[in-house]
Amino acid sequence: MSKIHVSTTVNGDTVEYLCDPRETLLDCLRDRLNLTGAKEGCGTGDCGACSVTVDGRLVCSCLMLGAEAEGGQIETVEGMADGEELHPLQKKFIEYAALQCGVCTPGVLVAAKALLEKNPDPTEEETRYWLAGNLCRCTGYDKIIRAVMDTAAEMREAS
Amino acid sequence: MNYHSPASFAEASALAADATGITRFLAGGTDVLVQLRADIVTPDNLIDIKKIGGVRDITRNADGGWTLGVAVTGAEMSEHPELGRDWPGLVEAMDLIGSTQVQGRATLAGNLCNASPAADSVPAMFAAGVTVTVTGLGGDRVVAVEDIPTAPGRTSLGKGELISAVHVPARGQNAGDAYLRFIPRTEMDIAVVGCGVNLRLEGDTITEARVSLGAVAPTVLLVEDCANAIIGTTLDQAALEALASAASAACNPIDDKRGTIAFRTEVAGVLARRAAKIAYARAKGEQA
Repeated sequence: MSKIHVSTTVNGDTVEYLCDPRETLLDCLRDRLNLTGAKEGCGTGDCGACSVTVDGRLVCSCLMLGAEAEGGQIETVEGMADGEELHPLQKKFIEYAALQCGVCTPGVLVAAKALLEKNPDPTEEETRYWLAGNLCRCTGYDKIIRAVMDTAAEMREAS
Repeated sequence: MNYHSPASFAEASALAADATGITRFLAGGTDVLVQLRADIVTPDNLIDIKKIGGVRDITRNADGGWTLGVAVTGAEMSEHPELGRDWPGLVEAMDLIGSTQVQGRATLAGNLCNASPAADSVPAMFAAGVTVTVTGLGGDRVVAVEDIPTAPGRTSLGKGELISAVHVPARGQNAGDAYLRFIPRTEMDIAVVGCGVNLRLEGDTITEARVSLGAVAPTVLLVEDCANAIIGTTLDQAALEALASAASAACNPIDDKRGTIAFRTEVAGVLARRAAKIAYARAKGEQA
C-alpha cells in the first residue's frame, strides 16, 4: 500500500509527512510529527481530547484523516504559548487548578481558545454548550468553566 | 484502503463505478471514520469529495430556495446570516448533532446517507421537502430526501451514485418549520424520538403541512396522517390531539434501554404537538 505525501501547516510551520490512507490526523500529529499534545481518548469523536483547529474550525483530529490535511492550517495546543509565555487560558487553568490528570486539558484549552476567538464574551451557558464535546472525568467541569469565564473577562479588560 | 480526492462529481462517480470491494464517499467523515476505526466498515476505496469546487457553498437561488454544497458543515449552516431565518427548524436540527467539534465537520448529505433512523437533520429535511441531486454515470437526477434512506444504514443510491447537491425549497410567505428531539440529557446524545413539522398558513388556517418522525421506525418517516390532522385547522386543541394520535399511530419503534416502545410512541405525539405549535408561531411571524 502506497503512502500519501501531505504538505500542511502546523502552528505556522510548514510540515510534510508520509501517511497511510487510514491514519487519522491525530495519528499523524502524534506519530509523524511528534506533537503529542492532542490525546486519543475515545477515537470516535465523543471526548474531544484530540481537539485541534483546521482552517480556524474546531474539529476532533481523530475524525479526520491525515491525508485530508493537505494544504490546511492546523493549530494545536503546542502553538498556544508564545515561547515561554503561556496563553492566558493556560495561566488561568493553573491558577484555578482546572485540571487533575490532564488528559483532557489540551483539547479543552484548544476548544476554549476557539470559543473566545469567536465570542470574547460568552455566557456560562454558551461556554458549557461549546465545551460539551470535551469530556473531563476529574474536575467535575466547574473549575474549567470558571477558568474560561475568568480568562474571557481578563482578556476583554486587556484589549 | 485507497484514498481518492477527485476534482469533479463525474470523476467521483466514475471512480466509484469502477471500484471493487467496499466504497465510501467521505464528506465530513464523522460517521465514516468512526465505522472505519471500529472495524464496522473498512472501505477498499475512500472517495473524498471535499476537493470538488463549490462543495462548501451556500447559495440562494433565483426562486428564493437554497442550494447547499455537500460539504457544508453544521457550523457553516448555523453561522449563515439568512438560511436560519428561512428554515430555523432545519438549521436547529442540524445544530443538535454532536459537539462543537462534530459541527465543524458534519454535513446534511452525510447525515442522510448514513441512513440512521435517529439522524436529527433528516426528519427536518423530510418536513422541509428538501431534494438532492444524485450524480451517477448516466448524469444527474433530482430525488426527494424521503426516497434516499431505505433501511438502517442503507440507501437507494446505486453503484457509482452520490449526492452532489442539497436543495432546500423557497420558504415563501406565512410558513414556518421546527424540529424537536427527546434525549435524556441536554447535549451530546442521539434522538430517542425526533419530530419535524413544516407548515403554511392562510390567515390562521393551515393550508400545507409536512410532518416527519425520527427514531421510531427503521427509517425516518414522513407521516401523511399527521399532516392531514392539521391541514384545514387553526391548530386548535382538537387538531393537536388528532396530530398526536396520528404521530403515535405511525410509530414502529425498537425497545431498548434508551426508550421503550411505549415511551417512544407516547413521546412522538408530545413532540409532534410541541413542534407544530412552534412551526405555527413561526408561520405567524411570532418568535418561537
